[in-house]
Amino acid sequence: MKILVTVKRVVDFNVKIRVKADGTGVELANVKMSMNPFDEISVEEALRLKEAGKAEEVVVVSIGPAKAEETLRTALAMGADRAILVETEDQVEPLAVAKIVKGVAEAEQPGLIIVGKQAIDDDSNQTGQMLSALLGWAQGTFASKVELGDGKVNVTREVDGGLQTVELKLPAVVTTDLRLNEPRYASLPNIMKAKKKPLDKKTPADFGVDTAPRLKVLKTEEPSGRKAGIKVKSVAELVEKLKSEAGVL
Amino acid sequence: MAILLLADHDTTHLSDQTAKALTAATKIGGDVHVLVAGANVKAIAEQAAKLSGVAKVLVAEDASLANNLAEPLAATIVSLAGNYDTIVAAATSVGKNVMPRVAALLDVAQVSEIIEVVSSDTFKRPIYAGNAIQTVQTNEPKRVITVRTASFAAAGEGGSASVETVSAAANPGLSSHVSDALSSSDRPELTSAKIIISGGRALGSSEKFQEVILPVADKLGAAVGASRAAVDAGYAPNDWQVGQTGKVVAPDLYIACGISGAIQHLAGMKDSKVIVAINKDEEAPIFQVADYGLVADLFDVLPELEKAL
Repeated sequence: MKILVTVKRVVDFNVKIRVKADGTGVELANVKMSMNPFDEISVEEALRLKEAGKAEEVVVVSIGPAKAEETLRTALAMGADRAILVETEDQVEPLAVAKIVKGVAEAEQPGLIIVGKQAIDDDSNQTGQMLSALLGWAQGTFASKVELGDGKVNVTREVDGGLQTVELKLPAVVTTDLRLNEPRYASLPNIMKAKKKPLDKKTPADFGVDTAPRLKVLKTEEPSGRKAGIKVKSVAELVEKLKSEAGVL
Repeated sequence: MAILLLADHDTTHLSDQTAKALTAATKIGGDVHVLVAGANVKAIAEQAAKLSGVAKVLVAEDASLANNLAEPLAATIVSLAGNYDTIVAAATSVGKNVMPRVAALLDVAQVSEIIEVVSSDTFKRPIYAGNAIQTVQTNEPKRVITVRTASFAAAGEGGSASVETVSAAANPGLSSHVSDALSSSDRPELTSAKIIISGGRALGSSEKFQEVILPVADKLGAAVGASRAAVDAGYAPNDWQVGQTGKVVAPDLYIACGISGAIQHLAGMKDSKVIVAINKDEEAPIFQVADYGLVADLFDVLPELEKAL
């Protein structure tokens, strides 16, 4: 089986982002960029399935600017076999991303597609679900365990009350949650080797997808701040303040 | 045209997330119809009919809808979509799972996790873990929206909407339910609790977490939360996690114990009315958002707090 994994280049999760003063967005110039953390988990899961003999090939795809090649090379250095970059300088909304990945899936015919549950920039949490809808496949979102069987996959999902396990017919789309695995680091020799691995370049037009945004962002602003309050010296003072001042006890 | 609101339920109870999402739906404007989908959900439909502001309750009953599986649930929502220009759900694990599937089947963009209704087509939503707020306008023929319920008050009761049966769509037959491992507890749910006490990595072990945090929670009638660090270390189960990737909460009182205050955690609790931080490290970022800070060892002060309550 072939596994297709999506990866996105986003602002590194350790960076404290800054909102532009004119309200047009978030400052992205000279900011450290990395692979979306949920996508690292997706790549890792695909590699583990391959190492367990349940998949033959791991193909990674990214939709983004030319520099997203770096993100794909990171996935190749982790161990993915091949990469596809669908290059566009536009901000592509989840629905258009899903349509492009659908096009890639129709060409590649994977048995399983693994997608991060959300990207940590727009926090949409949509692409995997949209992709599986467009393909007419089953979806196993927010996975904390993936067990690949014969013609089916069992996915344990993180839901509000605990865990839910579902059985999906293959091919299927799985979206990854944080506790699925701990992604590996790429070793230096593998980083060198990754430079020679195949990377195909495409454009959204190759898949007949219009990436014009459907939503209009009117402005981007700082969240209303919360000021630090006071320090209390003792439990007694704390309880007293909560009762008389805050009125919450 | 009217608004379709997906009821969030656990097959026996209507979640109060629905009442909060209802408040957002009412602000968008238009008659609100609530869809209750499941295997045996008439009692839940009765609960939904009592919510103030609901014009009609639609009940779709079918064995395929028993476990909130995304594929049959999305098919049923889409089969009803012709009568609505807006489809809304609370951003719970059910809403987050099914709504993008609905949006894609309708070929429209979704607006995720709105925190404010600016006008019927314009909404505010957090991006970058709540470190920026975007105002977005949608001109889609159908608006598909999930609601961050912590930002909206629950609609009250007092309504008496009519309850109407609708057909479930044919089950696409792509998935089946295997099992649930739900944590059972007498404590209030995190997302609806008035008071939450949360523990962080400073607790050091699952045993200590139970021993120190739980008695105070019991005394306060509080829900128990945890930071991602505490969950990853195995001190607390994953459904206790508060933060960007866990639950987003806004109780009247949030007590953070031994939590440093990583931005991912703050994203999940900074809308709480009153925040108390107890931490040994007076430089901990949690103190920057806390109304009341106590620089102390939580192992000393939590037993003391329990006695003082």
